[in-house]
Order: sequence, then C-alpha cells, then structure tokens
Amino acid sequence: MNSFTKGLRAFVTARETGILLALVIVIAAATIKNPTFLFSSDGFRDLLLTPSILLLLAVGQAIVIITRNVDLSVGSVLGLTAYLTGRLFIDVPGIPIIVVFLIGIVFGGLLGLINGALVAFAKVPALVITLGTLYAYRGINVVWTGSDRINSSDMPKEFLGLGTQSILFIPVLTIIAVVVLIVAAWYLRNRRAGRELYAIGSDPDAANLYGLKVTQRLLVAFVLSGALAGLAGVLYAARYGTVNSQAGTGFELQAVGAAVIGGVAIFGGSGSVWGAAIGAYLLLTINRALPILGVQDFWQRFVVGILIIGAIVLDRVLALRQAKRLTVARNI
Amino acid sequence: MSNSTEPPALELSRIAKAFGAVIALTNGTLQLRKNSIHALVGENGAGKSTLVKIIAGLYQRDTGEFLLEGESVDFSSTAQSKAAGIAVIYQEPTLFPDLSVTENIFMGRQPTRSLGRIDRKLMREEAIGLFSRLGVRIDPDRLTLGLSIADQQIIEIAKAISLDAKVLVMDEPTAALSGVEVERLFTVARSLRDEGRALLFISHRFDEVFDLCDTVTVMRDGAYIATSPIADTTVEQIVRQMVGRDVSALFPKEEAVIGDDVLVVEGLSQPGVFHDVSFAVKSGEIVALAGLVGAGRSEIARAVFGVDPYSSGTVRINGAKVPRRNPAAAMKLGLALVPEDRRKQGLVLETSVARNTTLAIQRSLAKFGFITDRAENAAARIWDSRLEVKTASLDTEAGTLSGGNQQKVVLAKWLATNPSVLIVDEPTRGIDVGTKAEVHRLLSQLAGEGMAIIMISSELPEVLGMADRVLVVHEGSITAEIDRADATAETVMFAATHSAAEVAR
Repeated sequence: MNSFTKGLRAFVTARETGILLALVIVIAAATIKNPTFLFSSDGFRDLLLTPSILLLLAVGQAIVIITRNVDLSVGSVLGLTAYLTGRLFIDVPGIPIIVVFLIGIVFGGLLGLINGALVAFAKVPALVITLGTLYAYRGINVVWTGSDRINSSDMPKEFLGLGTQSILFIPVLTIIAVVVLIVAAWYLRNRRAGRELYAIGSDPDAANLYGLKVTQRLLVAFVLSGALAGLAGVLYAARYGTVNSQAGTGFELQAVGAAVIGGVAIFGGSGSVWGAAIGAYLLLTINRALPILGVQDFWQRFVVGILIIGAIVLDRVLALRQAKRLTVARNI
Repeated sequence: MSNSTEPPALELSRIAKAFGAVIALTNGTLQLRKNSIHALVGENGAGKSTLVKIIAGLYQRDTGEFLLEGESVDFSSTAQSKAAGIAVIYQEPTLFPDLSVTENIFMGRQPTRSLGRIDRKLMREEAIGLFSRLGVRIDPDRLTLGLSIADQQIIEIAKAISLDAKVLVMDEPTAALSGVEVERLFTVARSLRDEGRALLFISHRFDEVFDLCDTVTVMRDGAYIATSPIADTTVEQIVRQMVGRDVSALFPKEEAVIGDDVLVVEGLSQPGVFHDVSFAVKSGEIVALAGLVGAGRSEIARAVFGVDPYSSGTVRINGAKVPRRNPAAAMKLGLALVPEDRRKQGLVLETSVARNTTLAIQRSLAKFGFITDRAENAAARIWDSRLEVKTASLDTEAGTLSGGNQQKVVLAKWLATNPSVLIVDEPTRGIDVGTKAEVHRLLSQLAGEGMAIIMISSELPEVLGMADRVLVVHEGSITAEIDRADATAETVMFAATHSAAEVAR
C-alpha cells in the first residue's frame, strides 16, 4: 500500500469523515431547495460566519472533554468577556483593539484557571464544578451589567468591522477561528503535552502511575478552554454589536453538542478538534437549513437532539466493532 | 557476576508503612543484586504489594532505609522512581487503551524535533526495534485496546527497556498468562538479567520461582522472614516460612451431624472466569473454597447465587434447579450469600441497623405493602441479639459500626432469611481477633443446626481450622478436594499454586 492509498483509507475510515459528509449533504439539500443558501454572497458568508464563534468554544470544549472532563461554564465566560469588551471601549477611550483582544483572552483564561484549579485540587467532578461556575460567572455578569447593555455605538467602527468584513470572500471571524483550530489540532497531535491530554482522558489512573503531570495538564486544558471562550466573547461583541447580561446563554450545551457530534468521546481519550469544529458547523448549519427544507421551527431542537443521540450511539457501535476487530486480530 | 564490593542495585531495610490504624508493613527488607532475578513470595496480605508500591514511589515509607545503588533515595512520585531507573510492571497492566502501542511505550518522553514536535517516525522505528529485540510481533500502530494481557505485559517490558531501567519489578506478571506466554516472558526476563539489570519477580507459583529466579525472599504478616539462594531451599521450606504459625489451636470447630447433599453444582462454566466446576455440600457441613485471590472463588459463588452469569452447568438445592441470573429465586430456594465487600455489597451504610438487618425479608414483614418500624425492629432484634451486634440502638447508622459489627449485621440479614445454604465470602477479613472467633463459633453452630455452609477464605488457618472439606480453586478450576484430616498448609498451598494435572501427580 503506497502512502496515497494509505492516506485515502485513513481519510475514508476516519470518524470525522462521516460528520463532514453529513454537513455536505445538509448544505447540498438546502442549496437544491433554495440555491441562494450557498450561491449568493450573503448565503456563502453566513454559512461560514454563523458557526465561527461556536467553533472556538467547541475546540476548547473538545480539549477539555478529551481529558475526561467537561467545561459547562464557557457560555458564561463568553458573556462576561463580551460585556468586559464593551466596557473597555467605553471606559478606556482609544484603547487599541489588539489590547482588548489580549485582555479578553487573558480574562477568559483566568476564569478557566479557576475551573481547572477547583477540578484538579478539590478533586470534584468537572461537571459539578463548572455547573457551579456557570451560574456564578453568569451571576457576576448580571450584577455587573444590571439592566445596562452595550450598544454598537459604544464600540469603534474598525472593531465592529471585524465581525462582518471578509478577506477574499472569507469572513475575518472565520479566518481567526480556523487559525485557532489549526494551531489547536497541531498542538494536540504533535506536542507531548497534547498527547498527554489524550492519555489522561484514556485512563486517569494509568496516567498517575506513569508519572505524567496530570494536575498541570488539566489546568492547561481548562485555561485553554477559558481563553478560547474569552476570545469568543470579544468576537461576539464585534459580531453582534449589542451585549446584555444574557449573552452566550446556552452556548455551553451547543459546544458540548458540537464536540460529541464531531466524535469526541464523552469519556475522554479519543476524538479531535477537527471533528468538534465540523460538529459546530453541522449543528448551526442544520438550524439554518431546516426552515428552508420546510421543517417547522419547533422540530429543529428535536433534530439536534436526535443528532446528538445518533452520534453517541454511532460511537458506541463503532467502539464495540473496533474492540471486536482488534480482539480478533490478536487471536490470529 | 557482580563483584562483592559493588553495592546492591536496590536495598530496602526495615521499611515500615501504616495506613491510619492499619499496619501494612512492619519490616520490609529486600536486597536486589545486578544480574539477578529475585523472587518475593508470601501469602495474600503479607505486604508484598505495599513494598512494591513504595519502590515505585506510589507510597512513601514511614521509617526504614531505601538505597538505590548505595545511595539513599526518597521518591515522592512515580515519575521520580522512573527517572531513577526503576520500572514497575503491575499485576494489571496500566496502558492507555485509546492510544497506539508506540505512543504507550513513549508517553511522556517521546523523541522530539524542532518546535517540540514529536518525531513519530523515530518513535515508531524504536518501537519496532524494541519488539524485534524482545522477539515478539506486535503491530506498533494498533491501539492497545483489545490486546491480550500477555501482549500488554510485553509492552510494559518494552517501556522498561526503552527507559533503560536498572531495576525491573514484576508484580505477578504470570497470573493471567498461558504456558507459551510465560515461556516467552521468561526468555525476555533472562536476557534482561544477563544485560546486568536487577529483576524482582513476585509470584505465587513455586514452579516458576524455581525455574526463573536465583534468590528468594519470603514475607509474612508485613515482615521479612528469610532470604535464601534458590539452590539451597525447597518448596516445603518456603511454604513453611510463608505460613509459619500454629494453625489448628484457635478454632472452636464443633462436630456436626453431616446429612444429605443440599447444594449440588455440576459442570458450571463461564469462559475466561471458571471452568467445569462441580461440587456438592451436605447439610451440617462447612466446605471451604480455598485458593489465591483472583483464582475465581468469589466468581463461582456469585454465579451459584445468580448474581453473575454462567454459560453452562446446573445448580440444585434439595433437588430443585436454581435458575440462572436470578438471585431472588435463589433466595426463595434457601440460598444466602454474604459478600466479600460488606461496605459496598452487603450494607446500605446510610440506613439503620434494623433496616439493614431486615432488608432481605422485607416482603414477609410488610402488611398491605407497608412496613412498620415496630415490625422491623422486632424482627431485627431477634438476629442482632443472637449475633451480639454491639450498637447503641437499632436506629444507629450501619456505616458508623466497626468492621466486625458490620459483618455481624450482614450475617444477621442473611440468617433472617432462614437459608438452608449459606455462602460466606471472606467472613473475617479486616475484623479483630475477638469478633473473628465469634464469627467462627457462629458458623460452627449454624452447621451444627444443619445448615450447609460454603466459606471462601484466603486465610489458611481459618480454612484448616473450620472446614470439613477444602475445595482448592486454581485459575478457575477446582484442582483438589481435601478432607479435613488430610488438609495441611502445605497440601492446600500446593494445590492453590498448581494446575489439577500437577496436583494429581
């Protein structure tokens, strides 16, 4: 087998390929029904733009889930950073946009560090900790924001432009998200630290016996997830222009959904950020495609639910088949 | 051969370790030399595993000396002991099932190129090199998921070699291996020895110890007993050192009238767990299931009771067939199982002693579907007082009682069902000597009243002191049936460590 057919085979059998295929089918079906879905400048732009923010959250979520944890606070972190972004432009006139980005990322990272520290040192399941910080961060947001809200007139034009502009027909937001995706994928695949995240999720006890730096790696995973949610918060402010105390509510479940649909095993150890990214696109593209295909609004969530359950069932079936195949291979 | 002035590769002297009130080690002493395979033997609970975990850096010693090549060391993590050149292969291999074989070998110390990139090609080549050196064929790219235990151990060894470990500890590596796989492992172990490494080999199988090792250290009750060159010792001597105590005095075994077969088990099999198990227990008889931990004793008991599945065979009580996987039906037919882990499987820790005692007979206490406290307490009082459960009141939470009293509550729960066959799994594990004697007296009394009792125990003195008959289980099969008169520490231990064919010889 030469390297090309080997690569082709790996591509065809990869878990991510199925999701990509589903995405292509959804886009194709919607486009056949209504060609402007893809073949119009707005349609094409929306297709790429809408899921970009969720993509960032899904990448962070995938990194955390791979370690057999979960981060439910990302929606709240996003909301808090989005409001912080607006406040910075109002309270510090003339602040450079790049500084706002850095502050947003660092702030999100700090919130992630709190999650990580609680999980790693208090030894409480991440599900409980981040459910707590989901409410706590949102509570701080509500107290801070009150009935106030940030309007697009509060923020500079160049900043808001980032949310809508395109370079060579590709929205800036999408470019940022894809760059993050590529860096994250590279890190997880090629760095020791990245591989250790998989090891920790695959068997936490074995990771301890190996002498891996489990605590440190978990902290990094949560900080990354928080920092990406922080970045997403800044971009949220740029994209939508208005931020109130409820920005990003419910995004955490979409992010988990995207990762799971994209084949990241909920018990850790396997999956990729590529899958999570495609999952994010599929999730939001379906939402936009269903009305075009004549499916009523209230069925959309149902379809998303079926998709998540379907993905988990598929994972289970594939895992059992693989286990069987590997066991058979051993006995030859 | 190493010369005499060179310090030993690893030296432990007078190591002690306690976990709270439980003393696991009082005197761990061990000296490993280079170019040597050293055996460590002892009964279950003798402290071997604790010693291994101290060497691995998983536990820290309380007192004692730990020298590595003559230098005192203190490991506070497994990473440190690994860095110092100690590799430990645990009984259960610890691999990452979702990652490839190659990644498992190099995890945490992969070769890297620029930008900290892992050099996958180099890593794969090294893995292939390691396997060819070990003379095994394992696909370096496959996931470790689904590998046999033998192959997983080979990967652990490959890991140890790639670390260039000076000391290699193998904790019962052969427990789950077939004959051919054991041979392959031994070949590898010998070549590692000849490269100048020091190996520690823990095993219950004397034939293997004598085949592979050059020196043997015996431990008992958390303490060092003796070290001797293999050539100067015998199986009998080692067993004597392992058991080493006066066995028969403690146990108040009463003579009981032995009646007809009550429980008859025929041809019970479950692939990979136990195989063709047949035995019968008569009324008034105490039959011990002896053997090493992991031999399959508890699994057999659980299958008989219907908690675990079995693929073929039959279980009968007084002639009536007990259905598979149906503990409720087994209870109706008069079977009771006091499980091994009382806190997890025997009690509801958060509820009262009274409720725990009556848990198995709730149905008969209920009137119109309701159970009153009064009925519960009345029923509980009968058994809890007969067993002398020491508690302030019947409302006390079961979890707050001492281990011995908890065990009495579990026993009371099952005795309340008025069983004709009682299976007790490690009835005296972790309870104090006084309560132990009470439990023994109770079992003896119950047998005297005509109950058929199956007792699973890892404590030889208990087995020898209590049982009318001893069934020895080895790797899922009954290898010997020994009458009370013929049962000695040596005969039971021999059967527990050898296959049926070897025992018959």
